[in-house]
Amino acid sequence: MSETHASAQLIDRYVGGDTAIPGDELWALEAHLENCPVCRGRLAEIVAEQTPDVTSMLSGIWSELEPLAVSTPAPVRRRRWVATWASPTLVPWLGMTALVMGLALLVDWADSTAGRPSLVQLLAPVAPLLGVAVSWARGLDPAYELTSATPRAGLYLVLRRTMAVLAVVIPLLLLVGWAAETSVALSLLPCLAFTSATLALGGVIGVSRAAIVLASAWVVLVVGPVLAGSMIPLVLDPAGLPLWGAAFVLGVVTVGARSGAYTRLGSHR
Amino acid sequence: MKGDEHVIRAVNAAEVAPTTYAWEIRADGLRVKAGRRMAVDGVDLSLGAGVHGLLGPNGAGKTTLIRALATVLRPAGGELELLGASVGGRTEQRRLRRQIGYLPQDFGFYKRFTVREFIEYMAWLKEVSKKDIPAAVQRAIERIGLADRADDRMKTLSGGMIRRAGIAQAIVNDPQILLLDEPTAGLDPAQRLRFRELLRELGSDTCVVVSTHLVEDVAVACTDVMLMGEGKLVFRGTPAELEAAGGAGDAGDSPIERGYTALLARQQPDRGSW
Repeated sequence: MSETHASAQLIDRYVGGDTAIPGDELWALEAHLENCPVCRGRLAEIVAEQTPDVTSMLSGIWSELEPLAVSTPAPVRRRRWVATWASPTLVPWLGMTALVMGLALLVDWADSTAGRPSLVQLLAPVAPLLGVAVSWARGLDPAYELTSATPRAGLYLVLRRTMAVLAVVIPLLLLVGWAAETSVALSLLPCLAFTSATLALGGVIGVSRAAIVLASAWVVLVVGPVLAGSMIPLVLDPAGLPLWGAAFVLGVVTVGARSGAYTRLGSHR
Repeated sequence: MKGDEHVIRAVNAAEVAPTTYAWEIRADGLRVKAGRRMAVDGVDLSLGAGVHGLLGPNGAGKTTLIRALATVLRPAGGELELLGASVGGRTEQRRLRRQIGYLPQDFGFYKRFTVREFIEYMAWLKEVSKKDIPAAVQRAIERIGLADRADDRMKTLSGGMIRRAGIAQAIVNDPQILLLDEPTAGLDPAQRLRFRELLRELGSDTCVVVSTHLVEDVAVACTDVMLMGEGKLVFRGTPAELEAAGGAGDAGDSPIERGYTALLARQQPDRGSW
């Protein structure tokens, strides 16, 4: 604000209700008072001096109001920070993911002599899909229609929620992968590729449906044959990593190009 | 100094800027699909501030029209302008949605949230600035009369209270356009009276579109009525004009109900008694 302040004399006349103050000056004074705490302070002092009855009335009202205002409970804030990242319905789904990976780890420990790739490594790529499915799904998020009509809906919110999923699932995979002695890179890149592919396909057929399609395809085309015949496909070999990288990039590009799809109801029926 | 803590907020320039559009909602030959069906088929609208009642039988396209106005469904044809901006652009849409309040017909909520947390979360989604959220939430809760239950979990509320929480989330961002789909379902008579009062209050400076099948709500609370049948606007006028459309021979218990059945029968003469 400007450094100029209203003179004490002018404020004095204003408080006294002087009708001789020209209209433009009065207007300017009031506009200045709205924005200038210093002059409001002077105004308060002069009001206290000149019209003690006004001051006593105001302090009487405040003394009545203040106990009421204090007794109103303060807003609860504990959930707000988490809710702006994770979808509010996420927790049970993450629990389920942890449970599945834990079981896979137990199977690996119990049956470590077999020549097949570890079950943890086989399941790691699709591990985040449960959580990703919840991030933007009509059937799994009760407030879906409310949320999709808000300005924050869309790619921004979907990515934010996906980040929250990955922030939990990736440390979990690292931990389980370390315990099962599998290659970390071989679980993480496929995991990211599956996440981006789910979001990309989700823009067309709905995220939860996309997660189901991709997870089933993975189980039928890779996990099943590996467990049945113990052949190791290219996708589980370190030589397949560039393929996973390419799939990840492709997914990200598709999601970016179709970002409008996440702000409407139409594509998620 | 005490006086300074209680200064009323200053009005900013955006709030007093003149509007640059004639109508809050303007549609021209609007067509919207629900699934494969063309549920809204050629609707022309020009709605300003006030409470606009949207009446019609089930399946007439009311919900689809309101969803299109809420920008969650993309129009299949025709033109739709909200607050002077054509609906479609992505960045524009985000700015536009900050000015819209929407209560869907069946809205879900998170059972474990308290009323306050739910409305705070919705305010965050609506990009209400962080410092304004607590005050805006408190105001919305008080306007809808839920202050005494504000810190109870949503799952402990009755159906009518949940609906009121839904209305509170719709008005938390002080929208220019307020879209309420069946807001009075589940409210008891006293709550409906209070709700009509709130509607009138909101309608003084907001464009409120209320879809309902309770004809008496429309008669009391709305400044004008739109009657939809089979995706088209059958009638648009004041509640008094709707009453005048019905004659003694039409079905219905009140003049406005007779007007409603008369106008619908004129559009669909071959329809049965349902």
